[in-house]
Parts: sequence; structure tokens; C-alpha cells
Amino acid sequence: MADLIIFLTLLALGYFFGRLAESRHYRSIIKREKALARIPAIASKIPSPDLKPQQTVLVTGSVVISVDYFKRFLAGLRNLVGGRVKSYESLVDRARREAVLRMKDQARVKGASLVFNVKLETSSISQGRRENSIGSIEVLAYGTAFIN
Amino acid sequence: MLLTNLEIVPGHRIVKHLGLVQGSSVRAKHVGRDFMAGLKNIFGGELKGYTELLQESRQEAVDRMQEQARAVGANAVLNIRFSTSSVTAGAAELFAYGTAVVLEG
Repeated sequence: MADLIIFLTLLALGYFFGRLAESRHYRSIIKREKALARIPAIASKIPSPDLKPQQTVLVTGSVVISVDYFKRFLAGLRNLVGGRVKSYESLVDRARREAVLRMKDQARVKGASLVFNVKLETSSISQGRRENSIGSIEVLAYGTAFIN
Repeated sequence: MLLTNLEIVPGHRIVKHLGLVQGSSVRAKHVGRDFMAGLKNIFGGELKGYTELLQESRQEAVDRMQEQARAVGANAVLNIRFSTSSVTAGAAELFAYGTAVVLEG
């Protein structure tokens, strides 16, 4: 009985705080994406020859985000029936956008006008308790900023 | 030392190739951070301690790579790549590698 109460409490805490954190994070992402839209992040490898930057700098941005208890529980249920795991989709989406934003912010601080050859890398950070518990993920975004 | 993940740098010419240089760092997280991360696993959200930890160790990997490049007499490292792998449950390896070159112009 006590176990059940703890479980339900964790579920409720995860649901409320997780939703709050996610909507707050999305609001901040959208706001900062608008502010940083003037620094495009370009994924192509070879810069066009008419771009002659005075200086190039390596910029990086990284973030580690964890999923909440409620969503992890939902994903566990999803494992039984299969299909899209929406709770993890929003987690990786938030992490990627946040990492790109941090990279762009570093470029802005250095006075760059665009970021070239952007690469994204995702890795899951294991908590070590269970084999398949994808507790949290790290996303790293990096690229070369062109300063004119 | 110029560090970039491009293969060519506009406005510069590669005069000498010095081969691959690399740097890595393996870090473990300490108990306090683990505890905070455990709480965050319930509420969700960013694990700031881990973000910082990984940033620090990635910087260390880059520093080591740069040191190696300096030792072979390069003035730039091109085509830098990062990779992360978890060695054991508590530790992660951050790895950076690139091509050391001498640039001119």
C-alpha cells in the first residue's frame, strides 16, 4: 500500500512539474529563436567562395535534459503496444533546439553573422540502475562561426 | 591556434598536412550531482550540473587536442569532430579529433 502511495505521488509530481517545466521551456525557446533568427545556422560543408570572413571560430552549445517520472511511465506503457513515443519526442526536440540556441548565442557574443557546418550529436546518459532506462539525454551542437 | 570544423578555411591556404590529432577526457560525476539528477528525474528539466560537467570535460579534450597540434608544429586544426561514449554507468568519455595543418595567408 505504501509503495502504491509513493508511486502515485511521484506520478502526480512528475505530471504537474514536468508539464510546467516543459511549457516554460518551450516559451523560452520560441522567444530566443525569434531573437536569434538573424544568425542562420547552416548545415552545408563548403562555404560559398564569396564569403570572406575575417575570422572563424568554433562555437559549441550543449544541454542535458531529463524526462519526468510521468512521461517515463507513459513511455513504459507505450513499449507494450508500440507506436510513437510522444513523450520522448518532445524531450529530444527541446534538447536539440536548446543546444542550437546556445551555440547561436555563443556566436552572437563573438559577433558572428552566421554559423557554418552545424553538426548535432545526441547521446543518452545512463543512470546505471536499469539497462533500458533512458533517463536523460545530452545534445551537443557545434559549428564554425564566421565573423566579418 | 585556429580551430574549426570546416575542411577548408576561406581566405587561407593549407601549406602542410600534419595528420590526425586527438584529445580525450573521461569524467565521473560526484555524488551530490547524482543526487540532484535523481530529483530531476522525477520533475523533469535540465540537469545543469551535468551540462557543466560535460562542457568542462569537452573543453579539456579540446585543450589536449590543441596541445598535441602545437607539439607537431601546426597553427590550425581543421575538420574537428566531437564524440561521446559512456564507458561505465558513472562515467563518460568525451573525445575530440581533427586534422592538424599549417595555414598560410
